[in-house]
Amino acid sequence: MGRFHRHDESEHGHGHGPDAPVGDHSGYATGTDRIEILERIFDENDHTADANRRDFDQADVLAVNLMSSPGAGKTALLRETLLRLRDRLRVGIIEGDIETSIDADRLTGLGAEIALLNTANGFGGECHLDAPMVRSALSRLPLSNLDLVIVENVGNLVCPAEFHVGEHNRAMVYAITEGEEKPLKYPVMFRSVDLVLVNKVDLLPHLEFSIEDFYRNLRNVNPRVEVIETSARNGAGLDLWCSWLTARHAELAAARARPASAARISPSVSPHG
Amino acid sequence: MHELSICRAITKLVECHADGSTVRIVRLRVGELRQIVPDTLAYCWGLVTEGSDLESAALEIERVPAAIRCAGCRHVHTLTEPILVCPECQGRDVEIVSGEEFLITSLDLMEV
Ligand SMILES: Nc1nc2c(ncn2[C@@H]2O[C@H](COP(=O)(O)OP(=O)(O)OP(=O)(O)O)[C@@H](O)[C@H]2O)c(=O)[nH]1
Ligand SMILES: [Mg+2]
Ligand SMILES: [Zn+2]
Repeated sequence: MGRFHRHDESEHGHGHGPDAPVGDHSGYATGTDRIEILERIFDENDHTADANRRDFDQADVLAVNLMSSPGAGKTALLRETLLRLRDRLRVGIIEGDIETSIDADRLTGLGAEIALLNTANGFGGECHLDAPMVRSALSRLPLSNLDLVIVENVGNLVCPAEFHVGEHNRAMVYAITEGEEKPLKYPVMFRSVDLVLVNKVDLLPHLEFSIEDFYRNLRNVNPRVEVIETSARNGAGLDLWCSWLTARHAELAAARARPASAARISPSVSPHG
Repeated sequence: MHELSICRAITKLVECHADGSTVRIVRLRVGELRQIVPDTLAYCWGLVTEGSDLESAALEIERVPAAIRCAGCRHVHTLTEPILVCPECQGRDVEIVSGEEFLITSLDLMEV
């Protein structure tokens, strides 16, 4: 169940739009058979996401899916995050990159386990990570020795929002250089996340950017989202972000310590219910 | 272009349900809150099915408008822009009642 309640036809069997054809009244070519299916197209991805989620849960690992447009500052923030968390949490990073290992290289030597996922396959590479890709990276991470796995998704505001990878929480990096109207242009992404890191705030004095307009647009698509203003350049907000991660991890551990309710805590953010 | 990987997922589901029969039409229901572009989907469908058993199968896409229901005043509102606020009472506690669908609804198969 996502942040918003969903009504999915595969469970309810209704939900035709007003213009939807009802029944077959098309004088249809004979010689064909219609078979009804009603199957969710993301089912296969979601099943693998569930398997990933079980692996995270079994290893007491908090998984966070970090998304953004290209260049918003995910890798820069992760560098700073690793420097601050290294004595508190054991971190693994799944680094989604279309072609190169540049971002993975930027994160090495900071005490984290890194698994690189190149998504190029034929047509110029996938623009997102899906659950099977993350699953293949998981086999290269020593999950039982980790507390936190952050998935740096491919920089893209459209596609990653559609693919649940097994994460407990979704966060996105939004850079103030991107313009105030982004939430309205990419509502699926902005309303699928639990937290927005509003990054590059060190540039505020130099930009004609109205942070109030941005927040209004953000609340319009996602009224309950949490926000932290950050700068990977001057370190603003990074302690808050690290505390947010530490708190989510502690919540997870606390929920697991309670017998019956083990594992399923804090909003699961599956975009597909 | 996640439409490409989506088309691969659709071909898998279709092949599984068609069970060897020739498929004429694949019907999808796509909510307007999904960031899926029907034209791109149709284009990718052509790429993915070219030269395969599904080459002759056409995609038919039914769009479903996005609607919200307000928890405060129960008003149901069809969205024309992605603003999740009740237009009657300005309430923000709203539930999405349609627009997130992404399903295969039916197939037309050649009779044998
Ligand atoms: N001024 C300023 N620049 C930043 C900040 N965060 C990142 N940058 C710069 O923005 C550029 C892109 O940052 P990255 O960390 O590579 O962004 P990314 O989101 O990982 O990019 P992709 O992985 O390619 O999608 C780099 O030149 C960073 O130095 C910030 O807080 N302030
Ligand atoms: Mg990066
Ligand atoms: Zn209302």
